[in-house]
Amino acid sequence: MLEIKNLSYQVEENSKEVGILNGVNLTVKDNTFLVITGPNGGGKTTLAKAIMGLVPATSGEIWWNGTNLTPLSVTERARLGVSYGFQQPPRFKGMRVRDLLTLAAGNETLTQDEACQYLTRVGLCANDYLEREVDTSLSGGEVKRIEIATILCRKSGLMIFDEPEAGIDLWSFARLTDTFRMLHQKRESTIIVISHQERIIDLADEIVMVDRGEIVHHGARDEILPLILNTTEPGCSYM
Amino acid sequence: MKTPNMTKADWKLLKEIAELEQTPMGAYNIRKNGQLAGRSNTSSIEIVSKTDKPGIDIHVKDGTKKQSLHIPVILTETGLNDLVYNDFFIGEDCDVDIVAGCGIHNAGCETSQHDGIHTFYVGKNSRVRYVERHYGEGEGTGARILNPQTIVYLQEGAYIEMETTQIRGVDSTKRYTKIEVDAGGEAVITEKLLTHDNQTAISEMDIILKGSDARGRVISRSVAQDHSQQTFYPRMTGSAKCFGHVQCDSIIMGEAKIKSIPAIIAEDTDAQLVHEAAIGRIAGDQILKLMTLGLTEEQAEEKILEGFLR
Repeated sequence: MLEIKNLSYQVEENSKEVGILNGVNLTVKDNTFLVITGPNGGGKTTLAKAIMGLVPATSGEIWWNGTNLTPLSVTERARLGVSYGFQQPPRFKGMRVRDLLTLAAGNETLTQDEACQYLTRVGLCANDYLEREVDTSLSGGEVKRIEIATILCRKSGLMIFDEPEAGIDLWSFARLTDTFRMLHQKRESTIIVISHQERIIDLADEIVMVDRGEIVHHGARDEILPLILNTTEPGCSYM
Repeated sequence: MKTPNMTKADWKLLKEIAELEQTPMGAYNIRKNGQLAGRSNTSSIEIVSKTDKPGIDIHVKDGTKKQSLHIPVILTETGLNDLVYNDFFIGEDCDVDIVAGCGIHNAGCETSQHDGIHTFYVGKNSRVRYVERHYGEGEGTGARILNPQTIVYLQEGAYIEMETTQIRGVDSTKRYTKIEVDAGGEAVITEKLLTHDNQTAISEMDIILKGSDARGRVISRSVAQDHSQQTFYPRMTGSAKCFGHVQCDSIIMGEAKIKSIPAIIAEDTDAQLVHEAAIGRIAGDQILKLMTLGLTEEQAEEKILEGFLR
């Protein structure tokens, strides 16, 4: 179970404290598929990064399966089964897709077959990609799909995906949706996906809506989805 | 023919520089502490000692295909200054792999130095893959110095793929490479270098594309750690219709200093030459990404460097 208790993250802007996350409380039961959605700049990515330890909490606590993650490093959290797929993954000159997947699997003997399976699940052909370098020769969408494959390799208890659909073409996105559906059906991991895509939101057991650093709605999909659809009018009086 | 008489420590050096764990197949010449330690010729590759100066002449017959030649050098005596001239005469229509390299184990306090001067004459339409590794070790305070010079003349349609690697252990190196490429020939040079502590490395290159449709490519990857210093001068000259590309990438760490000064010189309106050079530290998001996979910061750094210099 993931428990976020009164989590805040503040930054200083023009010598004023600005709250990016303001006292977030959230409990996610094991093997839940949770979608976090909400307007841009609302704090979704910061919340996900705070769980992974990539952003330090100003106050509050994060607990995972009875362990307080708050004082732990990114590495320690990863080893406890937390994983995070970057919205904009970095590229590595010289490192091959095979090398990255091997590191992610934590298994020096990742077989060709296994690597192939993970790549197929994100719509990439292993024969074309395993030996390629994760550098600027790959498109944004390709790097993004490889990033998702690294999370699949980890088989961790808590998988966080930050806008997995961003930069991915329609055809590959359909394949990706199937992969998320399959992960969900297996019910072996808690899955948190930051997304704005209805096809992903449709898979959710629960939906959280984050706005201005706060959770404004949290509940079952059927309860929250209509609320979200009703509040999509722009808040700008000129529109 | 002389069979090599090697100690365990010698084999360790040979493994580092030439991935040799036993006497190699095919032709070889092993030089230890300035002396011949083993040699084998084949029906198509003949190695002859020079009579006027230290070194060997290597003759590869026309049409020699899929053969390998190993010419490693090891230095295990402190205070030795070894200068050697190796000339390679490669016939036409050959396809050969040449593995060279120098390993120094300096346990003493005096400088050990090896300066290898290699000249290749590559015949028409021949393909050569030349791999050279430099490696230094030893608990002594004596410096380990390697100053290689490689001069290559590629005849029409000839191809050389040259891969030089120096990862750790060499205190000072000054490398000079010159390649002249005739019509339809191609030279691909990959240079990998890692320096640390107070080491210095200078690499100077002249690639001259002098025949029509000659091609040249330089890929230089380096990592400078601690207080080490590196300087690169890759120069590509096009004096005919040709294509040349120079790419230098360096990772800078600690208090290191790197100078990268690529030059492209066109002497023909149909010469197409490109250079790219970049120096930067390891990106923070690369380290963080690998940490999210369970690696420590140090392990992440190591993996990033390993990939970069692969």
